[in-house]
Amino acid sequence: MTIKTLTMGKANLEVFAATLMELADKDSNILAATSDSRGSGKLGPFGEKFPEQIVEVGIAEQNLVGVSAGLASAGKNVFAVSPACFLSARALEQVKNDVAYSNQPVTLVGISAGVSYGALGTTHHSTHDVAVFRAIHNIQVVVPADNYEAREAVIAASKSKVPIFLKFGKKPMPNLPRLENTFEIGKASTICEGGDVAFIACGETVALAYEAALLLEKEGIQAEVISMHTVSPLDSEKVVETAKKCRAIITVEEHSVNGGLGEACASILMQEKLYVPFKIVGIPDEDTVTGSQTEILNHYGISGDGLYRTAKGLL
Amino acid sequence: MYRGETILSGGIRKENSLAMSQYTDLELQLKSVKYRKALLKYIKLANAGHTGGDLSCTDILNVLYNDVLGVTPENFAIRHRNRFVQSKGHSVEALYVVLADKGFFPESDLETMCQYQSKYVGHPTRKVKGIEFNTGALGHGLSIAAGIALAAKMDKTENYVFTLLGDGELAEGSNYEAAMMAAHYKLDNLVAILDHNTLQITGRNREVCSPYPIDEKFKAFGWEVVSVDGNSIPELRKVFHELPAEKSKPTLIIANTVKGKGVSYMEDEKKWHHGVPSDEQYKQAMDELDALEKKLVKHSIVN
Repeated sequence: MTIKTLTMGKANLEVFAATLMELADKDSNILAATSDSRGSGKLGPFGEKFPEQIVEVGIAEQNLVGVSAGLASAGKNVFAVSPACFLSARALEQVKNDVAYSNQPVTLVGISAGVSYGALGTTHHSTHDVAVFRAIHNIQVVVPADNYEAREAVIAASKSKVPIFLKFGKKPMPNLPRLENTFEIGKASTICEGGDVAFIACGETVALAYEAALLLEKEGIQAEVISMHTVSPLDSEKVVETAKKCRAIITVEEHSVNGGLGEACASILMQEKLYVPFKIVGIPDEDTVTGSQTEILNHYGISGDGLYRTAKGLL
Repeated sequence: MYRGETILSGGIRKENSLAMSQYTDLELQLKSVKYRKALLKYIKLANAGHTGGDLSCTDILNVLYNDVLGVTPENFAIRHRNRFVQSKGHSVEALYVVLADKGFFPESDLETMCQYQSKYVGHPTRKVKGIEFNTGALGHGLSIAAGIALAAKMDKTENYVFTLLGDGELAEGSNYEAAMMAAHYKLDNLVAILDHNTLQITGRNREVCSPYPIDEKFKAFGWEVVSVDGNSIPELRKVFHELPAEKSKPTLIIANTVKGKGVSYMEDEKKWHHGVPSDEQYKQAMDELDALEKKLVKHSIVN
């Protein structure tokens, strides 16, 4: 099997928008709040079908989050949708105080996350968001891998009583296999099993890890691929279990190597005295290279081939 | 409430959805003296607090909670209650004292304020019953209040949302994002009250980084702007009970106040922004407030 034999789905962002429409159709309390971002959030049809359920604040991310917190406190089920780069930086104090500290169950939806905006450059990249939100109490961080996880995450967020940050890319994603078709925030999903090396990945990089696993399989190396869709709270049991089962661990994320999934896993492993060969693959601490999303990821070894080579080097 | 409901227990129905108490102006003036004495007591005990701003906004909080909001511990869970978000969170001591008086918690709890493991933090927190939002970082309350007001419009309820802003706080740009959006959505159930004491920690607003003209700025954003003496109980009562100041527009009430109001040596002095009185100063403050109380009572008897 190759990654190409998997069926191709839509962009996770499109699945988010479609799922939100389904939910909004059943519940008029569900609102989409946007900062002139309904187009990039694929919420044009939502706005047309539910004009009473879309709140537009213009290009004002701080106000977007503050208003969303106010709406939530008055009983509305709000999805605040804005490019992840602005939502997680410009509006950070509102996320910290109005949403997380005030415990308002707003779902913050960071769109075109990671380096999805490619050559638009660092202003538009969000390779810091997971690190920032991990350090804030009372906000869950969920980075779905494929269409299935995207849909399930949106449904779970709509029922949640706590603040959540959802992070979506805009590239069409393959529909990944998984051992069990279940989704629960805080519980990792196993995509495939293997005892030689494990890839613990999140978001769009899970498909790349799976591609690497297929390349390794051709050489008789059994790789486990885990979708750690919830980076906070991290499924630490799964990390420990994986370290005990596999000879090496590679974490993969479309995020800075500082403060993201990789360091979260490393922290657990060190404190549990599980000293397996370990490598964090992500965006390094440097001026990010110019290119499309795929070119940037390839440049830093966040690709099927790059991860294959990292695994070979580690084993 | 929304016409016909009973959220405003003890209140009298008026043209708008706001409570109107049976308190006389004198009774409310006496409450202000009581609140000022209490907040100074707990600031002294905690050896911390934002004294000047507490004293400038005491009358505003008094009128809001005793004559306007109609919120009580019993009705606080009602979704479309009238709400108050204290954007200038540093004046929390005044808010705590008023909430205690309204029965949200025993006033003696405030003896723990700012102490190790106390839930009475130095800025508003929802750990304390009666507090709507965790505030203290400036420039947040107006957006939050606009969101609540928008929800009320969506649900076609008639509750009002109030927020109290500091004048130094007006330098925070997020206020203007919220001001623009509130006018766009015609949130005439949104009322921002500016505690216009003209001082911030560094000095006179006008000299630090001038926010003026405040009225023209907000009018340009599409707000209705009214000015009152923010330390006058009758003036405050009147302005609140004439809401909305204009249909389809949010209202800014510029409440002209005196920082440190009620204590002679604190009045209009920037050093009392977060000053804690010495034992001697504390006694003088209490003596002055006691004298004011006696004067108010005597005046009422004479009249």
